[in-house]
Amino acid sequence: MTQIVTANRLIDGIVVFQDKAGGWSEDFARAAAHEDTAAALARAGEDVAASLVVDPYAIEVELRNGHYAPKALREAIRATGPTVRRDLGKQANGLAPLNAAHAPTGNSHVSL
Amino acid sequence: MYRYDEFDAAFVAARVDQFRDQVGRRLAGELTEEQFRPHRLMNGLYLQLHSYMLRIAVPYGTLNARQLRKLAEIARKYDRGYGHFTTRQNLQFNWPALKDVPDILAELASVEMHAIQTSGNCIRNVTADHYAGVAADELVDPRPFAEILRQWSSLHPEFSFLPRKFKIAVNGAPHDRAVIQAHDIGLQIVRNDAGELGFAVFVGGGLGRTPFIGHKVRDFLPQRDLLAYAEAILRVYNLEGRRDNKFKARIKILLHEKGLEGLREAIEAEFAARGGASLELPAEEVERIAAYFAPPPLAPRPATNERVERRCGKDAQFAKFFESNVVPHKVPGYAIVTVSLKPIGGVPGDASADQMDAVADLADDYSHDELRVSHEQNLILPYVALDDLTTVYDRLASVGLATPNAGLISDIIACPGLDYCALATARSIPIAQRLSERFGEGARARAIGPLKIKISGCINACGHHHVGHIGILGLERAGEETYQITLGGSGDETASIGQIIGPGFSSETVVGAVETIVETYMARRSGPAETFLDAYRRLGPTPFKDALYNRNAGADI
Repeated sequence: MTQIVTANRLIDGIVVFQDKAGGWSEDFARAAAHEDTAAALARAGEDVAASLVVDPYAIEVELRNGHYAPKALREAIRATGPTVRRDLGKQANGLAPLNAAHAPTGNSHVSL
Repeated sequence: MYRYDEFDAAFVAARVDQFRDQVGRRLAGELTEEQFRPHRLMNGLYLQLHSYMLRIAVPYGTLNARQLRKLAEIARKYDRGYGHFTTRQNLQFNWPALKDVPDILAELASVEMHAIQTSGNCIRNVTADHYAGVAADELVDPRPFAEILRQWSSLHPEFSFLPRKFKIAVNGAPHDRAVIQAHDIGLQIVRNDAGELGFAVFVGGGLGRTPFIGHKVRDFLPQRDLLAYAEAILRVYNLEGRRDNKFKARIKILLHEKGLEGLREAIEAEFAARGGASLELPAEEVERIAAYFAPPPLAPRPATNERVERRCGKDAQFAKFFESNVVPHKVPGYAIVTVSLKPIGGVPGDASADQMDAVADLADDYSHDELRVSHEQNLILPYVALDDLTTVYDRLASVGLATPNAGLISDIIACPGLDYCALATARSIPIAQRLSERFGEGARARAIGPLKIKISGCINACGHHHVGHIGILGLERAGEETYQITLGGSGDETASIGQIIGPGFSSETVVGAVETIVETYMARRSGPAETFLDAYRRLGPTPFKDALYNRNAGADI
């Protein structure tokens, strides 16, 4: 099971992803994928203690067309932005995952 | 409306300073998240799916123009240019940065607003009828009592750490527009045989995962005993409410476990033990607070207006607006105007900063500097002269706020759902959008008549789905969104919890399922005057179940 580690940045609450260097990026594409997240979560715990991020946790991702994307709808929305406001969130800044999961619910407002 | 005295102003300012210090210590690493969380929640600050979310109290839904303009300014300066009006008559910003929140709270304090007790296990923002003070059917304005309760409950030392959150609503008209029977305490203002004002007291209502309609514990509570009796209820709850399981911690569960008589006896015993004297509400104090809510001097005008009638005759869209968004005022010649925040295909309850400014200007120019937020996620202009109605309409239309659908099937309550909320299990807003596009605000919606659809994205029921005529609950099953439908719920004086109609529907089929329900109603109603709720109560669930499940009309489970 491939996972990445995510959290919210303390100072502004923005969703961030742990990168290969152990830092945090707003860009899902920079997230480091792990088969075992123990070390990554331990490192995230240090950043919690350092008041950089809050509530870190691991999410499951899967490869789609050569790119990782969150498996669960909740995480796809969290990594992308509201499906009803494409001008908001990471999708508005080109930071959303490519090929994110889940078909829209059937109208033009919704696209992940 | 109520204005802060020096004590209120000093208290709110001190609270801003206190939270600024707490945020500073959190950012400096002197407080852990566990230590900080209760402080931020007590100031209405959540951490949601994408960011922090700040919930701002709009006491009993009453705002003035200056306050709404300040909300618009905050939306532009600190957030993403819009706000979301909620089913608790509050406003939420979805993207504030923690570092900015002390400044936001200071800006709010400058217009006598705050976010205190909009979260946490305390007595929350007291809600009321959004037509308070202007409704033609009203006995008395409930807001003075809501304000008295607000003052009494703000930072109440005994009730700041309750087993769970606690919600109070007050209604002053026979028609319950405040959903009082879905609150921990619901207060219905009544007169006794001697003509004295008092309250019918309901306790133990609530939605969420275990929905209950409130039970009446007092037919008539004298006005002077309001606070003493509320204290007795809270004291029994605080002592006996469960703290071992947050899902069983609301007073509705205590009522369920003790039984109505058991809870009533405990409340009355506590009330009697205190004698009421120490907390008697003096009539002079009620009068003092009520004076803040004195209606503006409105000279009666002709009950009909030629300008309005002429416009109705030549402008079908205006005629629809007049029919659905304008209701009679207690003063002839004036109207209560609902500003629908439910544009067809839009996000229920959202308003842009520009729209907020536009409504604030209208309140200033045509509604005696006052407006309301309804629990149905709309805004209300409570004092519009019929002479001004066409101008108000044109100005609303110019900013996309003249959707003529108040009370119709497309006037849908929807919680933020999985698009924003960390607790949600499914999206709510896209379902509301598609339903409003399906039914619109035109001839079909008008033929259907009054019909309340309420959508929640999880069992916490912020979208009030249990009391929707048609309720929709979004859940997650095996990684997919699924929607459970309830029928026959109601939040008015005939309150009832909707019945689950059968297996759930996928996001693709739920809109068709609602259409099937509506078609069944249209085919089976006794006539256009029989509303959906009346027809459902007469017919029961069987014809709807048959239509949904026996003819393969969209059921997929």
